Amino acid sequence: MSESALKPGVRAGRDGGLGWGLKIVVGLIGLLLIAPTAVVIPMSFSSGTTFQFPPEGWSLRWYESFFTSERWMRSLLTSVQIGLLVAVTATVLGVAVAFGLNRAGFRGRGAIRSLMLAPLIVPSIVVAVAIYGVFLKWQLNGTALGYVVAHTVMALPFVVTVMSTSLAGYDRTLDTAAATLGATAWTTFFRITVPLVAPGVLSGFVFAFVMSLDEVVIALFLQTPDIQTLPVQMYNSITLEIDPTIAAASSLMVVATSIVLLMPQFVRRKRSTS
Amino acid sequence: MSAPTTSAPPPAAVTNGAGLAGRPRRRAAGWFILPATALLLVFFCYPLGNIIWRSFTDPSAGLGNYTKLLDDGVSVTVLTRTLVTALIVGACTLVIAYPYAYAMTRVTPRTRNLMTVVVLLPFWTSMMARNFAWYMLEQRGGLIDDAFSAIGIGGVVLLGSVAGVAVAMVQVMLPFAVLPLYSGMEGIDKRLLDAATSLGAPRWRAFARVYLPLSLPAVLSGFTLVFILTLGFYVTPALLGSPQQSLVPQLIATRVTDLLDFGGAGALGTVLLAITLLALFVVSRFANLSSTTEKAVTNE
Repeated sequence: MSESALKPGVRAGRDGGLGWGLKIVVGLIGLLLIAPTAVVIPMSFSSGTTFQFPPEGWSLRWYESFFTSERWMRSLLTSVQIGLLVAVTATVLGVAVAFGLNRAGFRGRGAIRSLMLAPLIVPSIVVAVAIYGVFLKWQLNGTALGYVVAHTVMALPFVVTVMSTSLAGYDRTLDTAAATLGATAWTTFFRITVPLVAPGVLSGFVFAFVMSLDEVVIALFLQTPDIQTLPVQMYNSITLEIDPTIAAASSLMVVATSIVLLMPQFVRRKRSTS
Repeated sequence: MSAPTTSAPPPAAVTNGAGLAGRPRRRAAGWFILPATALLLVFFCYPLGNIIWRSFTDPSAGLGNYTKLLDDGVSVTVLTRTLVTALIVGACTLVIAYPYAYAMTRVTPRTRNLMTVVVLLPFWTSMMARNFAWYMLEQRGGLIDDAFSAIGIGGVVLLGSVAGVAVAMVQVMLPFAVLPLYSGMEGIDKRLLDAATSLGAPRWRAFARVYLPLSLPAVLSGFTLVFILTLGFYVTPALLGSPQQSLVPQLIATRVTDLLDFGGAGALGTVLLAITLLALFVVSRFANLSSTTEKAVTNE
């Protein structure tokens, strides 16, 4: 009701509300959000061997270096493998938690919810050092298990949040309706519940994967010469050696995440126009 | 969609096992939380507890590590520098994010969608790529140096200084400020501004006296979020800063990796954690922080 009452006001405010001054300011802020990162793309086509920007000549040598270097390829593979394992684990655990919090009544739900969000709140350097400390004792440093467990801890808040939001909009009367129409519990689950929560589960999965693929602080502490993730390899290529291959790696990451993020926008638009 | 609150459900709903709407709640579903809770207890809570414990016991029991922080001649300076940097970054980020978030509430849904994507892109873009980009911009002979040279101010090399870290951090933190600001401002009734102007208040005054105070809780939660994240941020200072002007996260990392001094690092970490919790406690009385994560992951 308030929505429809507001709409004319919003329309009217469209011209009067945003003055030219504000429009310019907003445009500049938008530029500040996007432009700095975009410089990695021209940089990746540089022909020079330094980080000089703008580059003096152009080439594809850093892409070639990225795709032919054993070290870069191995770190990419490591990151993707860890990311997929993290996405699966965090999604299974996170979806279960969201269901538990949504459907069960028990004491301390608020505490559990806070616990699930805590990894986002505690300073990341403190989490990294704390995990590093116990992993040294448990000999989990530089092991796939160590990375997966640590990243799952960091990915859980995202999955739980996105699933909780999805479940909050779930109309439970649909379950009852299915049951009154004679559906068994299993049928209801697979025909009603699964399709309804699938988008939430899928975005939880994607976010967990992207989070793990991007995580660098914990990974820096857990790294060994044998096992390094892509962000750690990127970090080392700035600090230990000046290796412009990082520009190619950055550009690929930027393009990949942009596609993943923009995809739902285009799908949504297409769906709404067709 | 309302933000999930962290407050406990009403006691009645808990004791009789029935939801507010009288729906039976399946107790069995409660077991679903166990695996994740166990994982967090073992791999998050225990390590945190362990590092705090070590700050009081390693190498010897007592407050040795904390008294050392006070008189080692470095920690207090670095801690102060970190707090000041986090406050400045928080303030700058909020000032830049405010008009953007405000504009988001006044545009058509289509434009708002575009503006949201512009905010979310950096939010999800590789942290290393963004820091590398700032490394290039801030280096000697980088775009920033060149731009200042062009207007006659030479030698503006931000790389290796706290200023350089702060500039990059403001940009990295912008999405974290825009999202809570927008979700707060969304709830402010725009007609209040119209009412104020129709009663004769000039536009700026209507804004300052009506809108600004109403948006303060959102400003506060955005500021706190940026402040907290800046305190614990390691990558940006490690890449763009320098050991001479280090921030607390760098100090913690060096103590652990170079000196294996878990006690000393733990003491610094505990201080950082205490400041974080204090800031959260203060702001939780005014605002809800969890909505930012929700905004970022639900893409709305």
